[in-house]
Amino acid sequence: MITSELFSVLKHEFCLLAILLVFLVLKIREREWKNETLIQLMNGLLVLNFIIGWLMNSEGVLFDGMFRNTLLIAFEKNILNFAILIVHLQSTEWMRRHKHLPEFYMLIVSSMLGMFFLLSSANWLMFYLALELSAIPLAALCNFDLEKKASGEAAMKMILSSAFSSCILLFGISLIYGSTGTLDFGEMAGRLSAMPLQILAFIFIFTGFAFKLSVAPFHFWTADVYEGSPVPVTSYLSVISKGTVVFVLSTVFYTVFGSMSGIWYDVLVVSTVITMTIGNLFALRQTNMKRFLAFSSIAQVAYILIGVSAGNEQGMASSIYFVLIYVFSNLGAFAVVSHISAMTGKESISDYNGLYKTNPALSWLLGISLFSLAGIPPTAGFFGKLFLLGAGAGTGNWPLIIFAALNMVVSLYYYLRVIRAVFMEPADSAIPKLTYGISVRLAMLICLGGMLLLGFTTGLYEYILSLSFGLK
Amino acid sequence: MSPVGLNHILFLSSALFFIGVYGFLTRRNLVTLLMSIELILNSVNINFVAFNKYLYPENLDGLFFSIFIIAIAAAEAAVAIAIIINLYRSHQSIDVEDADSLRY
Repeated sequence: MITSELFSVLKHEFCLLAILLVFLVLKIREREWKNETLIQLMNGLLVLNFIIGWLMNSEGVLFDGMFRNTLLIAFEKNILNFAILIVHLQSTEWMRRHKHLPEFYMLIVSSMLGMFFLLSSANWLMFYLALELSAIPLAALCNFDLEKKASGEAAMKMILSSAFSSCILLFGISLIYGSTGTLDFGEMAGRLSAMPLQILAFIFIFTGFAFKLSVAPFHFWTADVYEGSPVPVTSYLSVISKGTVVFVLSTVFYTVFGSMSGIWYDVLVVSTVITMTIGNLFALRQTNMKRFLAFSSIAQVAYILIGVSAGNEQGMASSIYFVLIYVFSNLGAFAVVSHISAMTGKESISDYNGLYKTNPALSWLLGISLFSLAGIPPTAGFFGKLFLLGAGAGTGNWPLIIFAALNMVVSLYYYLRVIRAVFMEPADSAIPKLTYGISVRLAMLICLGGMLLLGFTTGLYEYILSLSFGLK
Repeated sequence: MSPVGLNHILFLSSALFFIGVYGFLTRRNLVTLLMSIELILNSVNINFVAFNKYLYPENLDGLFFSIFIIAIAAAEAAVAIAIIINLYRSHQSIDVEDADSLRY
């Protein structure tokens, strides 16, 4: 009875652990494995992992209230499983040319395991352990292009900023432990009374989150790390790592700090305004595609924070829905960028001039992804932003909503700049026609399908909303 | 002389925290940056142990938390030093200012 409950509640984590063990065994055997075999094996395992993720989800609490699984959390984990599958499919070209694939897979899966525990944590100790488990392997992953100078620098910036941010977060946790005497999320929520020490602790904890989410003014590491890391790691960072922190941020705010919503609303509004402005202004002047996507992702996070600031079920559901859409649109853009970078090594926006002449399919995917990121109907991104702003409007803070809408217009400018380069600019030396394998093609088709399908249907949003009820 | 109370210890830990933050923001040597991070972590440990001892002696949450922090700080330092060594191989320096190939 107890064992079966353990397995059904911890199902997602056990699946990842199994993948980890498979690669560990492969690694310690003396034999050299061909990259192609390993890639196919990982594909199979990830598909299996994704399918198992949907079966027989059960809610439950384990380890004396430290670990908790609900249907909503299981759904979030399924989104992440799906995202890692697409990240893996689309970066096949990079993996094919790289040595040490088993280590790469082990690191990425253990980071993923940390994210799952982070999502399920119901105790600050568990939260901290999971956060570090997800962050430390990620820094090692950033350094995976060992011979490249930029990769080492990116890893250095990643480990220092993530260590510093978790230090600040920990200081906040220690203060809040001092004022409430418990580390359990549920018990702590009952003992918070918005006294000054708790507000200070909240600010420290929020700062830790802001570093991870690259909310301005703590966003400095983002663009450098995105540019220097290998492309699969960049897409992992921008989608999975960010998505997890958004999920966790909304659960922590709603459950633990639910009684302090007046305070965190103000903090969120201020950081949203700063983040949106800085993300958009800096995205205007970027010339490298990866840096451009980094600043665009900073601006996207600001919109998610507007949804989170609503503080109700709509806020929760719209931010989860937006992360799902963001998975499709951002990974669609990254599929093109990573394929071109892996095949030709070109990453600057001016290299994309005239891409449409030589690679029409890639151009269309990039164009639609950027439209979706900008939020233009009928792509999915429009509805994602519509729901976020709709949830945010529930609090009646109209200046914020108008500001966000105006910023969407600014963001349109730089997304269209890339689209202009791709479709209209004459090419002196255009990127030659690229071939792509079946798995890259599949990843691209899934992203395209997701962006267009979610643009025409809203059934999924209703489903997430139904899961979000009874959250608090 | 009054006995050492919670306030004294909290004063010490806050001072350590801010010394660490100051060091992290001003130093230019990567190993010193790591040392600053350790300072902050130790201030957190002192906080946890002091709160546990003075305010909530009935259970050991804070003590356990600080033990976990020590263990994880070691893991973090191991990865960070590996990264710094690799950076030294490619840049011949562990100064933050010399790692400047990524900037806008």
